[in-house]
Amino acid sequence: MAQDMLTLTEQTFDEEIKGSDRPVLVDFWAEWCGPCKMIAPVLDQIAADHPESLRIGKINIDENLELARRFEVMSIPTLILFKDGEPQLRIIGARGKGQLLDELQKFL
Amino acid sequence: MSDQVRDVIIIGSGPAGLTAAIYSARANLRPLVIEGLPSSTSDQPGGQLMLTTDVENYPGFVDGIMGPDLMGRFRAQAERFGAEFLTSKVTRIDFSARPFRVWAPDPTTGEEQQYVGKAIIVSTGARSLTLGLPAERRLMGYGVSTCATCDGFFFRGRDIAVVGGGDSALEEATFLTKFADSVTLIHRRKELRASKIMQDRAFKNPKVHFAWDSMVTDVLGTTKVEGVQLRNVVTDEETELAVAGLFVAIGHVPNTDLFKGVLDMDANGYLVTHDGSKTNVDGVFACGDVQDHVYRQAITASGSGCMAAIDSERWLEAHGEAPAEINETSTDW
Repeated sequence: MAQDMLTLTEQTFDEEIKGSDRPVLVDFWAEWCGPCKMIAPVLDQIAADHPESLRIGKINIDENLELARRFEVMSIPTLILFKDGEPQLRIIGARGKGQLLDELQKFL
Repeated sequence: MSDQVRDVIIIGSGPAGLTAAIYSARANLRPLVIEGLPSSTSDQPGGQLMLTTDVENYPGFVDGIMGPDLMGRFRAQAERFGAEFLTSKVTRIDFSARPFRVWAPDPTTGEEQQYVGKAIIVSTGARSLTLGLPAERRLMGYGVSTCATCDGFFFRGRDIAVVGGGDSALEEATFLTKFADSVTLIHRRKELRASKIMQDRAFKNPKVHFAWDSMVTDVLGTTKVEGVQLRNVVTDEETELAVAGLFVAIGHVPNTDLFKGVLDMDANGYLVTHDGSKTNVDGVFACGDVQDHVYRQAITASGSGCMAAIDSERWLEAHGEAPAEINETSTDW
């Protein structure tokens, strides 16, 4: 696990996202989701490679269904990149590292 | 990693590829497994089992095991014996001369790298078919799903539909009734292809409804799925079915595009094997769903992966290519 990873909950989400000095890539995931498990280490690597420009935030949807509803997540893994507290980019479904980096490029 | 000549390169990492990796690694063949890239379709490291929940029929797991956990164990076992993994996807191959060559992007740099192997085991599996409708693509992740186990959760209390008539369709339909109020199974015929036990389960489930003789002609909704357009193939009548989710389980295609014109295939693109796991190219072996459209089980894929590992080891031995320790190891499977 990357040390700079945020575990986000309904209680902490707004504060953490608004207060972050860097964009936060929020990963909506669950224990029972195979593709979610596969991209977790990829996200850790991306965060470790770009410590200046990005943080990873994790939302366990089993425990935080309201957050999934609020952002209309209907499929996991869904990644939403928040910059200055606002969602900027949504990536639905697992990807390889190269593809993810391509999609995240302008934020890195 | 790329400049050395490997004894065995395994392409694909479902139960077939990982079993081949366990056996090859134990035979000191130092296999390189090019495992694929994460995705939310069945074409990914770990294969189709990564999209399933409880696997109840894999022997040895009395209480069942989650598909992704089972594949995690396979992979860890292969790693324990020294199999090396490359999280990348093969982009091209050259089997015209030995040693064989395959190319895949380097996971770090993205640059295409060449990997050289004396023997090749192809275990690229099969992937789920989609309907091929533009709206299906547009609404993917917004109510259209390729992964019932990932997304069923979001349809709690909703009405949804599953397209297909085989075992996977019925398994998904039954699984989705845990969340949905109703699941309509849309099938283009009057009877199902699925096994008796799966049919019985579905017919007995009060939440499962059937739209027979029907095909999906459109997915309705602008920002999320609101329904599907159905055509009755007997009467040509068009109807709308209001659903919040659509799960597509209409069958599989083998992942064999890479091997077109090189490895022999049947009319549906499945690799043809003979004498165990041999393909038409001497030194190239195939196992798992890429060469099996009949059984398609984790245990049969594993079994054929074991066959491919033994076949390739014997082939290397016969060609004087195997490491010295091999005779001792090979009797100790």
